Amino acid sequence: MSVNGSGNVPALTVSGVSKVYRVRGRDRKTVTAVNDVSFAIAAGAAVGLVGASGSGKSTLAKMITGSERPTAGDITFGEVAVGRLRAGGLRRYHHQVQMVFQDPYGALNPLHTVEYTVMRPVQNFLGLSPAQARERVAELLETVGLTPASQFAPKLPHQLSGGQRQRVLIARALGSDPELIVADEPVSMLDVSLRAGVLRLLAELRRQRGLSLLYITHDLLSARLVTDEILVLNSGRVVEHGPTKQVLQHPQHGYTIQLLDAVANPFAAASAGSPASGRGR
Amino acid sequence: MPLLEARGVNVAYEPNRGQRIWSVRDVDVALEQGEFVGLVGESGCGKTTLGYALTRMLRPPARLTGGSITFDGVDIASLSGEQLRRQRRNGFALVLQSGMNALNPVRSIGKQFGDVLKAHARPGDDVSAEGIRRRGAELLESVRLDGGVLSRFPHELSGGMRQRVSIALALALQPRMIVFDEPTTALDVIVQQAVIQTIKDLQAERGFTAILISHDLGVVLEATDRVMVMYAGRIVEDQPARVMAHGRHHPYTEALLNCYGDPRADVVEIGGIPGSPPDLSRPNRGCSFAPRCPVAEDVCRTTDPPLSTLAPGRVACHVRARAGQVEMEASNVG
Repeated sequence: MSVNGSGNVPALTVSGVSKVYRVRGRDRKTVTAVNDVSFAIAAGAAVGLVGASGSGKSTLAKMITGSERPTAGDITFGEVAVGRLRAGGLRRYHHQVQMVFQDPYGALNPLHTVEYTVMRPVQNFLGLSPAQARERVAELLETVGLTPASQFAPKLPHQLSGGQRQRVLIARALGSDPELIVADEPVSMLDVSLRAGVLRLLAELRRQRGLSLLYITHDLLSARLVTDEILVLNSGRVVEHGPTKQVLQHPQHGYTIQLLDAVANPFAAASAGSPASGRGR
Repeated sequence: MPLLEARGVNVAYEPNRGQRIWSVRDVDVALEQGEFVGLVGESGCGKTTLGYALTRMLRPPARLTGGSITFDGVDIASLSGEQLRRQRRNGFALVLQSGMNALNPVRSIGKQFGDVLKAHARPGDDVSAEGIRRRGAELLESVRLDGGVLSRFPHELSGGMRQRVSIALALALQPRMIVFDEPTTALDVIVQQAVIQTIKDLQAERGFTAILISHDLGVVLEATDRVMVMYAGRIVEDQPARVMAHGRHHPYTEALLNCYGDPRADVVEIGGIPGSPPDLSRPNRGCSFAPRCPVAEDVCRTTDPPLSTLAPGRVACHVRARAGQVEMEASNVG
C-alpha cells in the first residue's frame, strides 16, 4: 500500500509537456495534440482533466502512463522521469500507476474469467504464491463491491452488467497496489443508474487507500463528484485550472461555459431554476 | 387519425430452440403527424427493439409475436417484400446508433446518396450524376455540412460529421417519420448538443414525426415534446416533456431523474438505482420494477399494473394511479 505521509508532496508532476504528431503525407504537416501543459497531483488528490474530443486529454493520459513520449517537457512520478523509461523501468512504473479505460465491454477478454483477469496484475507485480494471489483477488473483488467474491470469480464478462464489468476493471487496476490511477471516461458508457455507484467507489478507494486519481472526462457532473481540482483543456492547451467547485460555479473561459451549457440536465430543460439536489440512495 | 398507431406490440428474441426473451411487451402507442417523442430507458429495456419493430426492421432472432402497427392507414405489421419496401420508401426512415458503422467505408458520401436516391427513384426523379450531386449538396446543407463532403470518405470525417451525414441520408426521401436510435451516444457533449439542435431544427422546419431513442433522459427532455419511459419491455410512463421534471411519476422515472444533477450547484449528490432489471427470459409476475421500487406494496408483487391514464399522461403504477384518483376525487369535491 502506498505510503501517504504529507499530502503536499506531488505524486505526479507534469511540466511544460507538449506532444506534436507528424501527419503522414507529402506536405509534412504537424498536429500539436498537447501544448505546454503543466500541473501536479499531490499524493491522495484527485485531479480532473476535462475537454471535448480532440482537446488532448487522452494524449496527455497516454504520456502520463508511459505509452507515448512527450515531444517536449517532463513528467515525473516521485523520482522517476516517466518520459525516459524503457521496458524494465516502465514495468516498475506500472506497478505504481494503473489505468481504467472507458469501454468496459472492450477492455475485458471475453474468454477469461473475472478471477483470471484480476489475478494477472496480482501475479505479475506482487509475486504472491497461487494461494495468496487467489485470496488477494477475493479481497479486491470485495473491495469493488462484487460480493460475494466466490460468486463473481468464476464468471465470464458476458455474464456481467456494464457496471459490474467496470468494477472488474477497477479491481484489476488495483491489483498491482498502485499509488495513482488514471481513469479515462470510466462511466461514460454506463447507464446513468449505474454511474453513481462506480463514482462512489472511486471516491471511497481514494479515501481508504490514499490513492491519487487522474480523472479524464467530458462530463462535468462526474468531474464535480470525484475531483478536487480540474484542468479544462481546449485544443491541447489548459484554458482554465482551479478547484473544481470554483471553476464550475465561476467559469472564466468561454470554452468552460460552453462545456457547462452542453450538460444535459433534465431539470434545467423542463424548468428554469429548481437545481437538482439528488436524494442519493 | 394518428400517423402511427401500434397496438399490443410484442417482440420476442428466440436465440435457441425453446428459449424466449420477451423484449417488448404489450406496447400501445399512437403518434400524431409532427410529434417529437422520446423513448428512454436503460440498456436492455427494449427501446431499440421497439424502434425497430415500429419501422419493421427486426431481424431474426427477433420476431414480432403480436400486435398491429398501422402507418398512414396501412397495417405494416402484415406487409412483406416489395410492398413493405414501397411503404418504407413512402414513409419512414431510421438513423442508426453510430454513424461510423452505418456508412459504407469504401464508398464516397456522394455515392452513398446516389445509392439511396437511385434505389428508390420514382418516375420523373432526376438521378443523373448532376441531379444526385445537387440533391446531395442540398441535403448536406440542411444538416449544416458543406457540399464538399460529397467527395469525401467516411474515415475522413469526424464522428459528429458522420452522424450528420446519416441524418441527411435519412432525409433523402422526405420521410414522414424518422426514428433516431441513440444518434449522439458516441459523441462528446458539445458535438452532441449541436447534433441534437440540428435534429430539433429539422423537425420543426419539416414537420416529420420523430422518435428519439436514448438512454439519456436529460437529452430527451431537452429535445422532445413527449417522453415515454420504458422498463423491462413495457412503457411505464408517457408524459409531456414539460411536466416530466416535476410532479409525481412512476417510481422508476423518479429514480432516473435522481441520477442527474447540476455540476454548478452548491451541493451535488446523485443517486443510482440499486439492483438490476429483471431477467426477461422468465415470465414475470407483478410489476417488473417492484424488486427495486422504494414504494412497492403487496399488490405490486402479484399484479402487473396497466398503463393507465394519470393526467396529463399515462403511468403504469398501482401506487401512483391510486394516489392520482384520490387527488381527482378531492378536486371534484372542492
